[in-house]
Amino acid sequence: MKKYKSDVVVIGAGAGGLAAAIEVKKAGLEVLLIERDKELGGITLQCIHNGFGLKEFEEELTGPEYAQRFINQVKELKIPYLLDSMVIEITKEKLVYAVNRNEGLIEIEAKAIILAMGCREKTRGAINIPGFRPAGIYTAGQAQRFVNIEGYLPGNTYVILGSGDIGMIMARRLTWEGCKVKAVVEIQSYVSGLLRNQVQCLEDYDIPLITGFTVTKIHGRERIKGVTISKVSRNFDRIIGSDKFIECDTLLLSVGLIPENELTLEAGAKISQNGGPLVDENLETTIDGIFACGNVLQVHDLVDMVTAEAKRAGKNAIEYLETRYGKELKKQKKFKCISGENVGYVKPDVINKTDISKDIYFTFRVKYPARRVLIQFKDENNNIIYSRKKIYVIPSEMIELNLNLEEANVNPNSKSITIEVIPRPEVLIEED
Amino acid sequence: MIYDVIIIGGGVTGCCIARNLSKYDLKIALLEKEADIASGTTKANSGVVHAGFASPREYVKRDMCIKSNKLYTQAFEELNFSFQRIGSLVVALEDNQIKKLEEQRRQGTQDGVPGLEVILDKKKIKYMEPNLTDDVVGVLHAPTTGIVSPYGMTYALAENAAMNGVKFFRNQKVRRIKHQNYTFIIKTKDKEFKATNVINAAGVYGAKISKMVGLDYFNIMPRKGEYILFDRNAMHLNKILFPTPTKVSKGILVCPTVSGNTFVGPNAQNITDKKDISTTEAGLKEILEGGRHLVPNLPLRASIRNFAGLRAVPDTYDFIIDNTDVFGFINVVGILSPGLTSCYAIAERVTEFLELLGANMTVKEDYNPIRPKLDKFKDFSKIELDKKIKEDPAWGRIICRCETIPEKEILNAIHSPVGATTTDGIKFRCRPGMGRCQGGFCRPRLIEILSRELNIPYEDVVKTGEETNFLVAKTKEIVLRSFEGGSEE
Repeated sequence: MKKYKSDVVVIGAGAGGLAAAIEVKKAGLEVLLIERDKELGGITLQCIHNGFGLKEFEEELTGPEYAQRFINQVKELKIPYLLDSMVIEITKEKLVYAVNRNEGLIEIEAKAIILAMGCREKTRGAINIPGFRPAGIYTAGQAQRFVNIEGYLPGNTYVILGSGDIGMIMARRLTWEGCKVKAVVEIQSYVSGLLRNQVQCLEDYDIPLITGFTVTKIHGRERIKGVTISKVSRNFDRIIGSDKFIECDTLLLSVGLIPENELTLEAGAKISQNGGPLVDENLETTIDGIFACGNVLQVHDLVDMVTAEAKRAGKNAIEYLETRYGKELKKQKKFKCISGENVGYVKPDVINKTDISKDIYFTFRVKYPARRVLIQFKDENNNIIYSRKKIYVIPSEMIELNLNLEEANVNPNSKSITIEVIPRPEVLIEED
Repeated sequence: MIYDVIIIGGGVTGCCIARNLSKYDLKIALLEKEADIASGTTKANSGVVHAGFASPREYVKRDMCIKSNKLYTQAFEELNFSFQRIGSLVVALEDNQIKKLEEQRRQGTQDGVPGLEVILDKKKIKYMEPNLTDDVVGVLHAPTTGIVSPYGMTYALAENAAMNGVKFFRNQKVRRIKHQNYTFIIKTKDKEFKATNVINAAGVYGAKISKMVGLDYFNIMPRKGEYILFDRNAMHLNKILFPTPTKVSKGILVCPTVSGNTFVGPNAQNITDKKDISTTEAGLKEILEGGRHLVPNLPLRASIRNFAGLRAVPDTYDFIIDNTDVFGFINVVGILSPGLTSCYAIAERVTEFLELLGANMTVKEDYNPIRPKLDKFKDFSKIELDKKIKEDPAWGRIICRCETIPEKEILNAIHSPVGATTTDGIKFRCRPGMGRCQGGFCRPRLIEILSRELNIPYEDVVKTGEETNFLVAKTKEIVLRSFEGGSEE
């Protein structure tokens, strides 16, 4: 068995893993990148549309261009990486086991690990559509791979279920290929992807967006022949009599992404309600020295945000190696971050109480859209420690917030911090 | 070439018969209408090896089931498929159901079902199966009930049969059967086969095949059962859970699979269309509600797939295993539940019929009943794994990350004696695409491997058979075609 040692091992060489590895290497530490695909870059390689890098580089790049900037740095910094290598196990002791064709089983002894495995797409089963199980049903990302990487078209006429970003981007991409996209069907009353994609990918190409509907039956035994879509009630039950048949030979699903945390679970780290690992303000999981960043932690809106988070994870791993690694430290008291009204989840899940003088970077999503809201942070006793107005919130837009708890005068004895997004109290105009 | 025996139908019944007969010095062929064996009822059923106490005493299927359950032990040792005798609980939720359980226990024990026990101690019951509802008042425990991968076992049977000389022909839908001079001439789309004896194991099409030789004495109705499958991490069941049965069916069960998943189902819908394996909104609701009676905390959010299967229900409600009036034509039809369990006893019965028909039943000297255990990545220790990858690098390329399936297992599935030619064929043989992502990651890679190994273009790779292609054209082809169309005008 081949054995390696490295200060830091980064699992996954997509946007997150690349940025994290570069950050660590720049600090002069050893880092090893492990990637299961045959090249560096991850999912960005199949995202050949533009719109990447506006925050990170203040330029508009395609996915592969964006990735290449980091790949170039990896090569310049001579960061070692393993391709076509699948991590099959991570232990609490931070041994990483991977396999690949050339080296067989590999054991890597790491001092710190950064998890950057990304996410996967939800499938038909996860949303339980009844009907046949014919050929011609793909997740949007799968179709994207076929078209952009393999050079094949999965069908001629399409219905896309779900208005996630990849679904809308594929609607436009397939239209360019001469395919017909009959409709994008969204169960919610609002689009689940970014507004810019709704405009640039659907509206600009006259692709109908049907909200408040979902696919309720799949037709066709061999190849899909069409779908029945139906209007749904507020509880997402089918409204009887609202069925419509749409003929198509392909159904694409763009119904959401789930962090890919099988390795995390097996390592023994706790997973929180959003499906990502439970982390503290350092992006450190419940296992000492194992950090997480990017879509494996939480699904981000933009790759630029993944990069930013990965850099933080890299910095925190460096800090861990310099100050805490190998030391027996007392277990610290923590604030628990609680998702209050209209908050789907919040990261970090917990905050260590040792050093509350530093800024804490919060990220969270609302459960449903709302106008004229108040974002509030409260301690255990309902004391408001932070409050901010916002005109509009929507689940597809992650809210990012930097907060210094010390400056906010948080009660250090409070066990928790609750984050809520509530309607702004109406200003009552008194009448004489 | 005239075969001694042709078996029509490559489900578990047909393949089990083929394997049993492969022991003898006979020329045997099996015809399957689909692109793969185990494509009909065998593919989508509960995968339960029943103890045998549930069917009424007047039915043949009761004896067959009790006998065949015992035969699983030897078959499992010889064929190396996934099988676990985990035991089942028939659950009573009301006091008056206990009487029914007692009766089943008494009759079952009399008829030779081992170990049946009615348990009323709620603590003990909950210890046996913690997920069971608090409303339980008693259970009938059957320790010999087991779970099996129905298609996994069928592939094993077919592979062993093929190793022992049985020829498998797939994509061979039987169109006509002529019977003259004690020879059957079977016509398919593109081939003609001749045989002295024909065994009809055509499942829901059993009556149709029987009518081809003029035997029209029964009807087969398809009865649909729907299922929902849950992710492996979502729930762990110790036991197979049945509700107390009604006259119509054994009811909706909650059951673990040999791969560690949990499923709920099936319901029972009589239908007319023999190809209707669609699931329905109402049906899925029905089985969830049914399952919740037994296990209130079904992990709904972790459902990874729903599917439906057809049972071949004869108008007699019992197996039809007949050495018919047409000399040499054996009907093995109407194999409804517990048909999967009963296959070994059925195969023995068919062997007896062939002896009566004068077939040469000399045991072959080189007959080998062992189908070797499949090498699996997951079963290797770290040292073995390292060695295996060095021997063959295909062990080191992981294709399915949810189930950790390397390329080597996929190549083995393709190149086994009755190998996979479709992505579903690979999926059912070695599981890529069965996990949480349901093929999201591995499917493009499976298409690549099938294209390479079978030497066919990407566009010709199919999911299950004809007209189930994944890809319709190369990029730009549709646009180019539209230009070509334009220039003609």
